[in-house]
Amino acid sequence: MGRDGIDMDYRALGLVCGIEIHQQLDTKCKLFCRCPTVHREVEDSNFEFFRYLRPARSELGEIDRAALEETLVSRRFIYKSYDTTCLVEADEEPPRELNREALEIALVIARLLRMRIVDEIHTMRKTVIDGSNTSGFQRTAFIASGGSIDTSCGPVGIGILCLEEEAARIIEDRGDEVVYSLDRLGIPLVEIGTAPDIVSPQHAREVAQHIGMILRSTGRVKRGLGTIRQDVNVSIAGGARVEIKGVQELNLIERIVELEVLRQVRLLEIRDELHRRGARVCGDIVDATGLFSNSRSKVIARALKGGGVVLATRLDGFNGMIGKEVQPGRRLGTELSDRAKRAGVGGIFHTDELPAYGITEEEVSSLRSLLSCGESDAVVMVAAPPERARKAMEAVIERARETLVCIPEETRRALPDGTSEYMRPLPGSARMYPETDVPPVVINEEMVEQLRLPELVVERAERYQREYGLSPEQARIMAASSNYQLFEEIVNSYRVQPSLVVRSLESTPVELARDGVPVYRLSDRHFMGCFELLSQNRIAKEGIPALLKAMAENPDLEPEMAAQAAGLMSLGASEVERIVHEIVSAKIDLVRERGERAIGPLMGLAMEQLRGKADGAAVSALIKREINAILGRAD
Amino acid sequence: MELGDRVAVIKGDMRYEGILMPSRSDHVVIKLSNGYNIGLIADRIEVLEKPRKKEKPPEQIRMREDLPLVSIISTGGTIASKVDYRTGAVTSQFSAEEIISAIPELGEIARYRARVLYTILSENMRAEYWIELARAVAEEIRNGAAGVVITHGTDTMTYTAAALSFMLRTPVPVVLVGSQRSSDRPSSDAAMNAICASTVAVSDIAEVCVVMHGSTSDDCCLIHRGTRVRKMHTSRRDAFQSVNQPPIGRVDYSTRRIETFSDYRKRGECELQMFDNLEPRCALIKYFPGADPEIFDHLIESGYRGIVIEGTGLGHVASDWIPSIKKATENGIPVVVASQCLRGRICDRVYDTGRDMLAAGAIEAEDMLPEVALVKLMWVLANTSSLDEAREMMSRSLAGEISGSTPMDV
Repeated sequence: MGRDGIDMDYRALGLVCGIEIHQQLDTKCKLFCRCPTVHREVEDSNFEFFRYLRPARSELGEIDRAALEETLVSRRFIYKSYDTTCLVEADEEPPRELNREALEIALVIARLLRMRIVDEIHTMRKTVIDGSNTSGFQRTAFIASGGSIDTSCGPVGIGILCLEEEAARIIEDRGDEVVYSLDRLGIPLVEIGTAPDIVSPQHAREVAQHIGMILRSTGRVKRGLGTIRQDVNVSIAGGARVEIKGVQELNLIERIVELEVLRQVRLLEIRDELHRRGARVCGDIVDATGLFSNSRSKVIARALKGGGVVLATRLDGFNGMIGKEVQPGRRLGTELSDRAKRAGVGGIFHTDELPAYGITEEEVSSLRSLLSCGESDAVVMVAAPPERARKAMEAVIERARETLVCIPEETRRALPDGTSEYMRPLPGSARMYPETDVPPVVINEEMVEQLRLPELVVERAERYQREYGLSPEQARIMAASSNYQLFEEIVNSYRVQPSLVVRSLESTPVELARDGVPVYRLSDRHFMGCFELLSQNRIAKEGIPALLKAMAENPDLEPEMAAQAAGLMSLGASEVERIVHEIVSAKIDLVRERGERAIGPLMGLAMEQLRGKADGAAVSALIKREINAILGRAD
Repeated sequence: MELGDRVAVIKGDMRYEGILMPSRSDHVVIKLSNGYNIGLIADRIEVLEKPRKKEKPPEQIRMREDLPLVSIISTGGTIASKVDYRTGAVTSQFSAEEIISAIPELGEIARYRARVLYTILSENMRAEYWIELARAVAEEIRNGAAGVVITHGTDTMTYTAAALSFMLRTPVPVVLVGSQRSSDRPSSDAAMNAICASTVAVSDIAEVCVVMHGSTSDDCCLIHRGTRVRKMHTSRRDAFQSVNQPPIGRVDYSTRRIETFSDYRKRGECELQMFDNLEPRCALIKYFPGADPEIFDHLIESGYRGIVIEGTGLGHVASDWIPSIKKATENGIPVVVASQCLRGRICDRVYDTGRDMLAAGAIEAEDMLPEVALVKLMWVLANTSSLDEAREMMSRSLAGEISGSTPMDV
């Protein structure tokens, strides 16, 4: 079996994988208030306040384990509000009723995913006390289940579609304080969860792509960075369900799945090796502060100076195993350290990587003897204020014990290289209780039947190839673009080449923007005017980029005026003939000398004067005619 | 089939399994295993499993004997009440242990005795309940409470605070507290308000006061005098504000230190005294442009014993109300004029209308809040025998409700 995670036999490993997609909806208002769904710069915040959160019991009287762990760290949450947020985001006013526009979009998506919609929608409170929701819960409603999509590896079930509010945007994590921005809180979001039908990393990516295509087909979802996020659920036989959150790049999904499988495989290998060695975790925490009073390690010296302690624990039979890699650049030691960090320490030291970081050979050996270490044992230690150091060591011991049993079920955060780090335990169902401030919404058949389902992007792309003769690539780009309606309007209104329209709508503005042209000022009117002029042969197609540039710089000008001002209006045929005749006549020696080959340099001279004002092919034909006349040939 | 049963709901070719939940419509509501509730029109329902009764051992919480004793009297506020989502009922089990288990920090401040007096929404409060509450508070103080905390719905908390202020002269703190954001949410203000209230209850501020959030942040609670506080917002945490006088002080949430801004009665300065009579047949009416004096006449004819008018500006009503004021006064019914402005003092000597009102017998409420004037009038009428005596008492500060000078900075 491959060790780099690329050529694993996923079926043999018993891969079980599902994904969750979170997509922001492009509605006028937020899900439970009338504030706009706009992004704001933090500098524009006009007010800030802070809160603490504490777990509340669920309706069945239990406290969620993820919520409980969060309260181990009592943190202050600072919120930035704006002139576009209100008391609802600040948790100072009850929510309004569920946004009907968002509900309608969610129902359309449910239909496109062939799902069964429930008859009465109940908004729930999902406990989230990391501060990302001012209320301490995320409002969420179950809309539909029982859907499916067709993929290259057979149908994949769509188990759940929920409509929920987006969380606040994290600005800064200062450890004991976290700063959030309220602009994003409350933007409507659909969460779509597949059944665990995904069979390979490539398949995971295909499924995500397909669902993404369906979402974009509605034309009513937000676009751009951060508006769609994927969570991936992965387990292998003998492993455990691990949820990896916050994958923003579609391209990363494949790698995330590969590397989580790799992680679980490696952790199981480590467990088996530890069993062979008879490894155990004693759980004793020893104060080793005395050994390090003169340490040259900066981390330790700083901790001790601030009244901290050095605590250590012995892990029997772990020597050499803590340094074992489980993902590229991440070792078993990283798993221990991730847990310790949750207790508010910067990290841990372990003997598999020592001596290093200013800790000497002598210090390591006296540490080993203080803890009565045998050769096969390892030591993990931490330097921090007493209370945090103790909590960190307890967290390390717990994770080390889990190493001997199984892989812990947990929520992890996706990192940009496809690896992941520990976030919190998997939340259970105890985190849900009813949002009593929002009345249930009855969905009747009439509502569902009246929904207008959009053409899917893939269907549209096929139609563009069929009806407009676009290449598959161009058809795909145009069908997926938010300009697709403008494209259809242009090609249905004017006799112009469809591929030229695609280029002018999709590539030219990007190129112009690269040169600093303010293309965001261009509206549909500008593009329509441009192609109207072209269809009347009043501008040349070569003049389109220059005209778009002129209109972007002067958006109030009528397209015709802009074309005139930029000198882009086509010359009359006789005028073009006259200019070509003058140019060729002036170079009569060149023509005599080079004959037909004179066309190259002559074309260059002619286009210097005529670029954007006359069609290049027509100019070329005129030059040929002039040359032939000079050489005394017939046309 | 009962609530709490594990059921399967069959609808067409779909089968949904979950726990049967209460429904307010004709839909069947179940809680799915992922925690979501959904409503369905069922073809058929099968009961899969009856719930197992989970007996939770009562929480063993030791209270620290070295701490002062605080009595908590519940009137139905949401602070430590629990909602049973299975039945939708609000449970009023309310032992001291349960309160501390919900808000462990309370155990570091005092030991507690808990008592449920009412479980009502505060809009259903009435004068008779204020009297009963005053008696309960007095009893707790006589039985050794070093302070009393009253949990109360926020809607009418300030009326209750005013009523207790007039009925009790207390040698220990009597603190009303509530929550604006329900206590079943992690962001609730209930815990912080309760912690600050408990801190005030063991302090030397021997007054009837309201302790609630001082700002939208969880930074401090303000200690408002019971006769000076008004709910000024429908939903915000910092809805409670002192009007026309600064609050007594503030409690810093993180350090639990109390800082005071004005004079207050110190612990043990007076003996406990109770004057538990109120005249509930009093009315508070709001004047508006064009309001017909018939409203007023109707109150006189219906046997009301005292009337507070919320007048405009400095304390005015239209000239056509003046004969009615005169008629009331002649019938021995005091007419007190407060202002819709809330902020500022009544002065009926500036304009003719005001002078005419005074001539007709109107009593100026000075810088009293209209609701406080109403509650005070109820108390004054129950404790005096003549209109002149009532007039004199209405104009004099009895529990800090009137001040001689209005400060600039409030």
